[in-house]
Amino acid sequence: MSIHTKTIAQLAQGLRDKEFSSVEITQHYLDRIKQSDLNAFITVTDELAMQQAQTADEKIASGSTGILTGIPYAHKDIFCTQGVKTSAGSKMLDNFISPYDATVSHQLNQADLVMLGKANMDEFAMGSSNENSFYGAVKNPWDKNKIPGGSSGGSAAAVAGGLSCFATGTDTGGSIRQPASLCGITGLKPTYGRISRYGMIAYASSLDQAGPMTKTAEDAAIVLNAMAGFDAKDSTSAEQEVPDYTANLTDSIQGLTIGLPKEFFSEGLDDEVATQVMNAVKEFEAMGATVKEITLPNSAYAIPTYYIVAPCECSSNLSRMDGVRFGHRCDNPKDLEDLYLRSRSEGLGAEVKRRIMIGAYALSAGYYDAYYLKAQKTRQLISEDFKTAFKDVDVIMGPVSPTTAFDLGSVKDPVSMYLADIYTLSANLAGLPGMSIPAGFSNKLPVGLQLIGNYWSESKLLNIAHQFQLQTDWHTQTPQES
Amino acid sequence: MSLSEQQVTQIAYLARLSLSEAELKDNTKDLNAILGLAEQLGAIDTDDIEPMAHPLHMTQRLRTDEVTEIDQSENFQSIAPSTGNKHYLVPTVIE
Repeated sequence: MSIHTKTIAQLAQGLRDKEFSSVEITQHYLDRIKQSDLNAFITVTDELAMQQAQTADEKIASGSTGILTGIPYAHKDIFCTQGVKTSAGSKMLDNFISPYDATVSHQLNQADLVMLGKANMDEFAMGSSNENSFYGAVKNPWDKNKIPGGSSGGSAAAVAGGLSCFATGTDTGGSIRQPASLCGITGLKPTYGRISRYGMIAYASSLDQAGPMTKTAEDAAIVLNAMAGFDAKDSTSAEQEVPDYTANLTDSIQGLTIGLPKEFFSEGLDDEVATQVMNAVKEFEAMGATVKEITLPNSAYAIPTYYIVAPCECSSNLSRMDGVRFGHRCDNPKDLEDLYLRSRSEGLGAEVKRRIMIGAYALSAGYYDAYYLKAQKTRQLISEDFKTAFKDVDVIMGPVSPTTAFDLGSVKDPVSMYLADIYTLSANLAGLPGMSIPAGFSNKLPVGLQLIGNYWSESKLLNIAHQFQLQTDWHTQTPQES
Repeated sequence: MSLSEQQVTQIAYLARLSLSEAELKDNTKDLNAILGLAEQLGAIDTDDIEPMAHPLHMTQRLRTDEVTEIDQSENFQSIAPSTGNKHYLVPTVIE
């Protein structure tokens, strides 16, 4: 077994047993990144990584280590990293060397992790294919003509392609779960407020949530332990106790009640994806779970609701990208208005501009009630549907994405791209935790199974996912190296 | 209801974006398609529904009114496009 197919748990064991050093595994990953053509990274921080690996090795030698000490990872380029370019995939921030660390970056540094670099992503996390990055599209390691998913496409491709042991991601409408599904890895979007948003460049503040992207559920639990927790610097951070997420992984799931929303298996879902998802559900039945059909009647409205709420929030959040205090400024502005207009028009990409304009329109006088208020009311109904469902079931299961990864460049109009988010948006709108775990293949491309849990049920989700991974080997499959 | 190119130009201006001729055409088409999607919401009865302000129905925390930030102006201004005397510089607004 080579270094890059090992999990965090396995690498940590090897480091403790002196089978290899952090410097050795870090060099191994850096060499692989150098040879890779996946375009998974915007910035490779090789010098910093080697320094961090040396420090980690010293700590391991002195015996003062945690489980994450010396493990190499890829950090989504949406998290501010002091002294390192933080672009959010945008030309606007191509020159932005962050003067401070995001809370998540600080937490991962405290855990003595080794940052290999900053992972590619859709510009400001707006996209479902990673084709909206200023730094070019990322390729899917399973088929380089396919998209890796988005917006955390670089993170997913890095993990699936053996370029990092794990990665961080963020999920506003599916941006952890969908690329995890399309690249065949494990991704967890926790409950809204579980992980600090401080220093995580904001897209839609009431929906954004960070999480781990890993090879296994066990690894996701280990990383979540390091990322979760209250942060006074984030006004929406939850004052909620952080359990040890690894503690319940081995619990039996005998008697678990699984809800299958009939709306998640209707038209638009690819037959082969549906078959793989149902096979996974059968596996759970064999493990002692019972299955119940449920209904989420308003979930059909998740797409219009999300594509009003998120653009409204983004039009406000991105108003700070104005060329005054940081980021791109146009050459020779003739007056202040020219400075704003040209800096923003040159610095922002097509999809970002589109969403800013939708938001600006939906929030403008005379249209606010018809769009934003209406969407926030529908959001309440979508959330109520889940409350009703969780009275009867422990977990909701279904597909993550209606299809497997599609061809790069094949989806051109924005609305068709938005429709691919149908199964992931509801969890964000309600603030619920969700996961994607590898559940099979269709035409040699990975298919993910989505788990949605009640608020603060991350331990339960990780337990369910871990039990599935003990019975199946989909998560151990790796793409062929070319 | 459908947005005209003139309205899209006005929306772009509100958002401080300028669009080329081709961008204006594309955006008029795309914005209308997206708003068409949003029209679906008209089918739902939301008369007695409270709008959702926060996923967890939390209220904003308050903290004691004391200075917690240290002066990092030099650090923050080191990445600014143009500064002088601790100010961010922009083209002259008032002569």
